[in-house]
Amino acid sequence: MPSFVFAEKCDGCKGQDKTACMYICPNDLMVLDKEKMKAFNRDPSMCWECQCCVKICPQQAMDVRGYSDFIPLGASCVPLRGSQDIMWTIKFRDGSIKRFKFPIRTNAEGTADPLGGYATHDDLNSQALATEPASLGLKAVPSI
Amino acid sequence: MANFQTVEVKTDLLILGGGFSACGVATEAAYWAKKKGLKVTLVDKAALDRSGAVAMGLSAINQYVGVRDGENTCEDYVRYVRNDLMGVSREDLVYNIARHVDSTVHLFEKWGLKIWTDEAGKYVHEGRWQLMINGESYKIIIAEAAKNAIADAGGEIFERVFIVEPLLDGNKCVGAVGFSTREEKIYVFKAKATVATMGGAVHVFRPRSVGEGFGRSWYPPFNTGSSAYFTIKAGAEMTCQEVRFIPVRFKDAYGPVGAWFLLFKSRAISAEGGEYMAVRKDELNNWAPYGLAKPIPANLRNYLGMLDVDAGLGPLYMETSEAIGKIADAYKDDPKAFKKKMKELESEAWEDFLDMTISQAHLWAGQNVKPEEKHSEIAACEPYFIGSHSGASGAWVSGPEDMATPYKWGYANMCTVEGLFAAGDASGASSHKFSSGSHAEGRIVGKAAIKYIVEKGAEPKIDAAKVDAVKAKILAPLDRYQEFCKLTTAPEINPNYLLWRQFMDRLQKIMDEYAGGVTAAFKTSKSNLNRAMELFVFLKEDSEKLAAADIYSLERCWENIQRMWQGEAHVRTMLFREETRWPGYYFRADTPKMDDKNWHCFANCRWNPANGEWEMMKRDIWNIPGV
Repeated sequence: MPSFVFAEKCDGCKGQDKTACMYICPNDLMVLDKEKMKAFNRDPSMCWECQCCVKICPQQAMDVRGYSDFIPLGASCVPLRGSQDIMWTIKFRDGSIKRFKFPIRTNAEGTADPLGGYATHDDLNSQALATEPASLGLKAVPSI
Repeated sequence: MANFQTVEVKTDLLILGGGFSACGVATEAAYWAKKKGLKVTLVDKAALDRSGAVAMGLSAINQYVGVRDGENTCEDYVRYVRNDLMGVSREDLVYNIARHVDSTVHLFEKWGLKIWTDEAGKYVHEGRWQLMINGESYKIIIAEAAKNAIADAGGEIFERVFIVEPLLDGNKCVGAVGFSTREEKIYVFKAKATVATMGGAVHVFRPRSVGEGFGRSWYPPFNTGSSAYFTIKAGAEMTCQEVRFIPVRFKDAYGPVGAWFLLFKSRAISAEGGEYMAVRKDELNNWAPYGLAKPIPANLRNYLGMLDVDAGLGPLYMETSEAIGKIADAYKDDPKAFKKKMKELESEAWEDFLDMTISQAHLWAGQNVKPEEKHSEIAACEPYFIGSHSGASGAWVSGPEDMATPYKWGYANMCTVEGLFAAGDASGASSHKFSSGSHAEGRIVGKAAIKYIVEKGAEPKIDAAKVDAVKAKILAPLDRYQEFCKLTTAPEINPNYLLWRQFMDRLQKIMDEYAGGVTAAFKTSKSNLNRAMELFVFLKEDSEKLAAADIYSLERCWENIQRMWQGEAHVRTMLFREETRWPGYYFRADTPKMDDKNWHCFANCRWNPANGEWEMMKRDIWNIPGV
């Protein structure tokens, strides 16, 4: 059962129209059972184990149990994603643990400027895209 | 007919898809649209933050030319792609992407992507063209720039709308029809120009894991052939439909091998210990001149490993412990530096998986694999349709305006259907664009499509009767289910219909067994392909007997119809090309050699919307003079 939901931890995102996991799943797999107010993965065999649901869950109510076809039980890869980095806890079947922390971006969320602060131009007919040639670091767009 | 509300949306530019190429289109088009007072609308079947092939993240940028620092030229990149695709590539398109891709990467860095740099501030290369990144949030960052650009231009984004059919006015695309995957709503988008950027196709072939692990495809299972279906159904000429891609990856979880081969300089060996790239080196002469080029084409590297497996020498292994040992050797006289280097290598190796294929980390942890202690199994995955990587399938598009080629009939990246553009996995014969090049190609399209609208954009003429027919066709599986589901005590077994998974299993069985899938050891032949075509007749008929209990099942029904069309285009084109040119992707056992005299050309096809007939044709290969 690739991604799964811990029954006790899930609060159905407090009755909002959709849960965070439903919002994010790229393969449209997460569903809210409105009677129980708990989310579930409706088709584990279509799950890519991308962990987008695990990373976004506000309750940390989700995890992945590796594909039964080929992943022995007992291991886990648990992310804790912040605004600037992600911490991974890797638990091995033999009980050993590794922990890694990696940066995820260099600036604040939401601040990506589409033009990147580069000079732009108005010529719709040239081969230069909006921020070129400045964003290429060249004087002109290469041509043959 | 199921009682769905119809929502009509009028726009100037319609972007279908939400992945890297779609975000590239949006970012560039928004800039020009704002200047020209035009509206940009993007439609994504998922959530833009985590949609498309990079949903999980990536650990490397695979296309960076480095023109700024004199590392390479765009011509160098063209030579690389030409050889890797065994001489079959649209060099104008490859060049066009190469000359813009560096600016895409520089923009990514400005947007907040962490690209590794050395002490001198230069990018850290994984290989000649590859840069290392901390890419867990790669897609989120690129989507953020696209969202900000669209918001600034007053455009609109629709999420969770699944596009099915093109709207046509003769040989012109005037929009698209799809449905909400959340509510009972049909969406009719009317546009002056439309861009197909809905990714490649996975699960056309049966994957190696068929139980719970069915979803662990190398490329994501939500890339279902939407681009191929849309462009084929619009009547666009398609190219390289035979050039599928088979990656060799860590077995079963499909973790990336690039860092191991390129960064850690690891060897791949058979179970007997032979390094197949060395042992079988002479085989490469049979595929000259491409087989003798450096780097050796990806499909030939696959092929040499497949020969070992065919000879019973498997499993194949990546020599991870040997590679790490060699790197660490340089520090062996300095225990402190040694410890630091080992820790660094361990972190890099694990991040490579955790950034893009978490299952591989999970598999290693589940099997107690420590890469510095023992080697790990690798294997060829199942076939995929991915024009952005080392495959080449996609639409046949017009070349850049400033190059004198035989491939110009419209604006850059416009299909043979007017007003319809393609980028990323949707455009063919321009392989090795990966994430960054797909975004760059999207930017090229963003500008070209706005130019088309400014110069030629007319109010879309829509035939209301045709729209109604499309709506009825899209919703038919829901109606069929309601009509028949009470006939039996178990709704999944019914003589009047098939459910999506049953249909998908049949498609995959045909493709796997006759069209060179895993169980056929990637081999096929004219007879096998003809048999596949016979079985496709029944499959196509039965596609009109699909039934869906709910909107989710409806989505899956249409995804699998899309896969079926991609599969058919593939089988037809493998039949047409009477040679073997990419033996590590598929091997035509009845024509086992490369035939440059007759087949050094593009194999194109077109489905004619007017009469439903397929046409196959050869197209000449143009090389950039002097390159």
